[in-house]
Amino acid sequence: MRRDGQARSKKINRISEGNCGGEHQELKLIFPSDPLAVRRALKSVLTGLSHLNLSSDDCDTVELVLAEVMNNVVKHAYANQRTGMIELQVTNGKGGLSCVVLDDGFEMPEGNPPMGQPHNLNCAREDLPEGGFGWFLIRELARDLGYERDGNRNKLSFRLDVVRRLRTS
Amino acid sequence: MNLLAKEVNGALVVTISESRIDAAVAIQFKDKMRELTEFSPDRVVLDLSGVEFLDSSGLGAVVAAMKQLGSGKTLELSGLTNTVKKVFRLTRMDSVFAIHDSLTAAVGQAHAS
Repeated sequence: MRRDGQARSKKINRISEGNCGGEHQELKLIFPSDPLAVRRALKSVLTGLSHLNLSSDDCDTVELVLAEVMNNVVKHAYANQRTGMIELQVTNGKGGLSCVVLDDGFEMPEGNPPMGQPHNLNCAREDLPEGGFGWFLIRELARDLGYERDGNRNKLSFRLDVVRRLRTS
Repeated sequence: MNLLAKEVNGALVVTISESRIDAAVAIQFKDKMRELTEFSPDRVVLDLSGVEFLDSSGLGAVVAAMKQLGSGKTLELSGLTNTVKKVFRLTRMDSVFAIHDSLTAAVGQAHAS
């Protein structure tokens, strides 16, 4: 993705919504590997999903899981280099939101997403963990997590089991 | 990263005027907290009522802010919004911090004056 980053970057933060009236709508965003770009991407996705009238709890889940996944790409796959691009696809379907995150950074350690085990918090204050919560949260909140390494590309896929609500107003 | 600190009823109350504590500001948050709490009273209350979003980096920074307090000092939290509460609950960090519903519950009425 890095090689053709220039062409792709023209589409940064532009949302393509296909077939607005149908069951399958896709949002696609391509943006630089940078924490502030991740913020903007999250805002764009939530705006792009606003027509689903998700509950505030579901919106929290969407924002949190996507934030954790994309921050991991910035921090680990691209090792904070900020030169790579991230592609996020969110498709609305019957099982909730199907999400795919693509990057051309480093492969996941040992070829798999971390297990994200819960921490033991029964410890002295100085031993409390300051990190390692991200994968725990992703695995708690996302379903059907899948990871593929295809050439130089990472593809992480998962489903967010959120439900469209009928508008009350 | 704007943090406002003032002493109320013997406690240092730190209010965050940022709607997000996320990967973009986690380090700044931690550093600013270190500055503000270096010579503070033993009891520090972090008012999170204006924070609408906190991710795992933000959570780590709050934990770090507690750990970097000198011995004998405590960090308590108040006014967690639902999103922030969710992160603390899922990670069970709500068992590590004293959490108050509001600043009034944490330090009494005087904070309004």
